Amino acid sequence: MTAPLLSVEGLDVTFPVMPRGAWPWTKPAGLQAVSKADLVLQRGETLGLVGESGSGKSTLARAVIGTVPATGGRVMWKGRDVTALDPAGRRKLGREVQMVFQDPLAALNPRMNVGQIVAEPLATHTDLSAKERRTRVGEMMERVGLLPNLVNRYPHEFSGGQCQRIGIARALITKPELLICDEPVSALDVSVQAQVVNLLAGLQRDMGLSMLFIAHDLSVVRHISTRIAVMYLGRIVETAPAAALVADPRHPYTRALIASVPIPDPVRERARSRPVLEGELPSPLNPPSGCVFRTRCPIARPDCATARPPLVEEAPDHRVACPYHDRGGPV
Amino acid sequence: MRTATLSDASALATAPKGRSLWADARRRFFRNRAAVAGLVVLALIAAFALLGPWIAPWDYEEIDWAVLGSVETMGRPSLETGHWFGTDQLGRDLFARTVQGTQISLMVGIVGALIAVVVGTLYGSVAGYFGGRVDGAMMRVVDVLMSIPYMFVLILLLVVFGRSILMLFVGIGLISWLDMARIARGQTLALRGKEFVEAAIATGVHPFRIILRHIVPNLLGVIIVYATLLVPSMIIYESFISFLGLGVQEPLTSWGALINDGAAEMRNGTSWQLLFPLGFFVAGLFAFFFIGDGLRDALDPKDR
Repeated sequence: MTAPLLSVEGLDVTFPVMPRGAWPWTKPAGLQAVSKADLVLQRGETLGLVGESGSGKSTLARAVIGTVPATGGRVMWKGRDVTALDPAGRRKLGREVQMVFQDPLAALNPRMNVGQIVAEPLATHTDLSAKERRTRVGEMMERVGLLPNLVNRYPHEFSGGQCQRIGIARALITKPELLICDEPVSALDVSVQAQVVNLLAGLQRDMGLSMLFIAHDLSVVRHISTRIAVMYLGRIVETAPAAALVADPRHPYTRALIASVPIPDPVRERARSRPVLEGELPSPLNPPSGCVFRTRCPIARPDCATARPPLVEEAPDHRVACPYHDRGGPV
Repeated sequence: MRTATLSDASALATAPKGRSLWADARRRFFRNRAAVAGLVVLALIAAFALLGPWIAPWDYEEIDWAVLGSVETMGRPSLETGHWFGTDQLGRDLFARTVQGTQISLMVGIVGALIAVVVGTLYGSVAGYFGGRVDGAMMRVVDVLMSIPYMFVLILLLVVFGRSILMLFVGIGLISWLDMARIARGQTLALRGKEFVEAAIATGVHPFRIILRHIVPNLLGVIIVYATLLVPSMIIYESFISFLGLGVQEPLTSWGALINDGAAEMRNGTSWQLLFPLGFFVAGLFAFFFIGDGLRDALDPKDR
């Protein structure tokens, strides 16, 4: 069996946090943004990553792409551990893994024009002539639905959707194999969201891309993903094929998440019962013992506090980190 | 949705020019009357310094023996004698000396600011970009240098190594970049968290290229404004040093030295010796301050 394109094994990301007004030599507290995360991404697949704000989705993506250091675990790219690479080797990886960011305008350098922005990965990883680069930039811009004669314009002259297209063009110009999309549509209008999601889906089909698609909006993720992973407070609580996860959610958190997606029909929407999760996301500085979801879980029991539930394969390719999800309880 | 067009080189060659942030800033700057007036005054002063030696009938170190001894009457400004600004107490032509002093003062200001811009910006952006221990070590060096009294070092330097223009440049250059490094570092810390820098890191751009292509161009607005305000403060420092009698060496002079000479003779009825250099000094500083203000308003309109 060949190694999957990307596999994340027991990834930990902990940020040191200095308490306010502490001495410089005080030992900083650790903020656990990602804890023992396991993910597998096969070639050509789109893995959706969902979870509420602060659940560590973006941090996980940044640890994969290397802008945030992993404090534990491994990130295997085609069977090679990239967390052990030296900085130069790590930089070379930028040709194969690229990222699209949440805030389209902030992701573009305001002092560079669009042509320079889109060409930067080419200038970094290839030694094409300036003329060839211009041609490639023109082709790529057309491919993402921008007029190629806009190359001399600056980011502030574009709308949010156009800026996101520029960001996508920059990410795809080196023909990467994996595209990480960090909430690429949440800063956009709904109508533009659909356009950008369809653009990404089309590009994926045409270029044979694999994608890690992060969003907190389940309906967007369901539309584009082949598999979905659900995160809560830095832990992955459930992974399953997209259809199975939506039709048969097992973890109580996933159930609550799916129940919170509004139905676009006022009559049915008003009629259905909607269990709303109580409380707030606990602090990742001081996560609850055992299962981190137990403080808000409708079916929590006393022994949930003792040990962290492992991610168990319950159905083919359907893993859940809750041993009690099928033992009843009101959800 | 998708618009089909030719993407060949000829279509790209005719691509319309975008409105860069620099072009925007230039337009805003030229709409600011005070700033443009400052620029005109500064251009006139620079032209005076550059062209003065060719139009002055006297040399700056040549003594007019006819004037010496009766400077109060013979040495006053007049067109007939060729001493347009009058003479100083030794009978030297004040016009030629003011030209010469303007050259030195502008040079001191611009060289000081240039050192600050180049060294301070690179130093600060490297410290801010790499952060952590590198940042800590680099900024502590700045803190230590800053805690040494500036004037004391400069005076000591001039006393120990002798008074020369070179020493003056060394002394001013040594200290002028410290503030700039702090400003550049602070701005870099803010920029480092921006997503476009993260995108460049994720793409695998080399750190020094990121600093030069992404950080420095975005710092430049703040840096330019600070630099234009640094030029007059360098001129003031040099004037102060010269005023103490430690700056440039006779027969060379500067605005500060001329003002010092003029001020010494204030009670002897030779007020032109003070007023001409002082006029240039004040006009020059005002010009720089107005330009600096104009640039600040033009480059970061949000921060007003």
